[in-house]
Amino acid sequence: MAQKPQSRREVLTNAAKAAGVACLAGLSLTAYVESARRAEAKALRPPGALKGDAFLSACVRCGLCVRACPFDTLKLAEIGDEAPLGTPFFVAREIPCFMCEDVPCAKACPTGALDRDIPSIRKADMGVAVLVGQETCLNYKGMNCSICHRVCPIVDEAITLEWQTHRGRKMLIPVVHSQKCTGCGTCEKHCVVDRAAIRVLPRDLGLGGTGRNRAGRPA
Amino acid sequence: MTRFSLTAEARAEGVAAKGWLRAHKWWLLRRASQVTALAVFMAGPLAGIWIARGNFASSEILGVLPLADPFIFLQSALAGHPPIAIAMLGAGLITLFYVLVGGRAYCGWICPVNVVTDTAHWLREKLGITRDRKLDRRTRYWVLGGALLASLVSGSIAWEFVNPVSILQRAFIFGIGAGWSVIVAVFLLDLLVTRRGWCGHLCPVGAFYGVIGRASVTRVAAIRRQDCTSCSACFNVCTEPHVIVPALKGEGSPLILSGDCVNCGSCIDACPVDVFAMTTRLGGPSRPRAPGADVGISALSGSSLRRSRGRP
Repeated sequence: MAQKPQSRREVLTNAAKAAGVACLAGLSLTAYVESARRAEAKALRPPGALKGDAFLSACVRCGLCVRACPFDTLKLAEIGDEAPLGTPFFVAREIPCFMCEDVPCAKACPTGALDRDIPSIRKADMGVAVLVGQETCLNYKGMNCSICHRVCPIVDEAITLEWQTHRGRKMLIPVVHSQKCTGCGTCEKHCVVDRAAIRVLPRDLGLGGTGRNRAGRPA
Repeated sequence: MTRFSLTAEARAEGVAAKGWLRAHKWWLLRRASQVTALAVFMAGPLAGIWIARGNFASSEILGVLPLADPFIFLQSALAGHPPIAIAMLGAGLITLFYVLVGGRAYCGWICPVNVVTDTAHWLREKLGITRDRKLDRRTRYWVLGGALLASLVSGSIAWEFVNPVSILQRAFIFGIGAGWSVIVAVFLLDLLVTRRGWCGHLCPVGAFYGVIGRASVTRVAAIRRQDCTSCSACFNVCTEPHVIVPALKGEGSPLILSGDCVNCGSCIDACPVDVFAMTTRLGGPSRPRAPGADVGISALSGSSLRRSRGRP
């Protein structure tokens, strides 16, 4: 492709056009990225994952964590999954995290998107279990199912059973302790009702934020 | 028109002069390379043979050697993630590799989308589709700039939200879901809308490797250009025909120096009189034997490099 010599005006015009198209492409892509990121609110990340935006700046979507997981818990998101395309996540109801002592998935990460130096799987924050189905949970119906308590790998620390009074009846209610819960999802996996009454949610979504009470004092 | 043949028309003269096998030598090698690249990653999950873990974005070869895509690495750095040593090593090794073998050798020898777009182009030719919505070849650099800008602004590795190259290689190694739609879109773009639209005009991954390719060592050269019969077979078979002109018809170096060249060797295959050969910029045994004495040196001299940059 032979090129004619260009005048300064042509060179400047072309440069301005190129810069304009690049900006337009960049901003469109930014808008798309922002909208796709909103989908992330529900996705459960592998243990040791950086939070939110920091994760998406670091994860190259290589799947080394997926390969390192001995239980096939992790998968890379496809179009339409709850996590952004190609990023690792897991669905607790299908296969929860088995909380390997040596955290092989985090150790396999080549970019630091997962904390390779995570001191213990007990320090992981994949999310937090929340008993969302208070109308469907069998314990709230006065039965002693308590399967979530029994399967919890952080025995009697992350989920305890407490006597509470509801609708005038004493019931043994599973209570999640968010400082101990890693969000592994074993409780959600084994919940006996058709659609799990206890679910792992990302911490922001499951706990709400700290802030001030109505009187304006720190809560 | 003669009877229907599966062979691309641009290779017909080469086949007539040299036989099918010699006129498809580099094509066969390239396809073997592309299949092998995927196969070493697929052997793990499918057969339990773990040569390579991960995928093209980042991987671990035989449990020790880290490799990482430098374009993704660059976006990650722009998005504000401080790079860790293993990622820097991986991206550095890949960059070094493509400086040696030719930047866009990635496109011709590794990238699975190349098979999709080559097939689209072949079918386009066979169906006689001539509609060609012209795009500027430099559009890919604007898209590249846009992807880097979007990474900076959004704080994410932006191109990976849409990258068909990643979607397709991940499809083979991990699964794809609805990602086929993106690949079909690329195929249809190249088949119906624009000739060589994706790889030749739009893909910023190719553009990035093209920048590396401007300095790469391995290059195709028109070493016997005095034998050229101007049959145009090389121009017709080439995915980036503009790169051939200065080497074949120019007065300077017979090396194809443009970063756009994908080192695919199709011109070597298609030429009925063997004008082209795979060579290096450096001297030594594979040094091009061309009219004019010091080809290796003139290829490295400032004047010929400047000339090659003048023709994007």
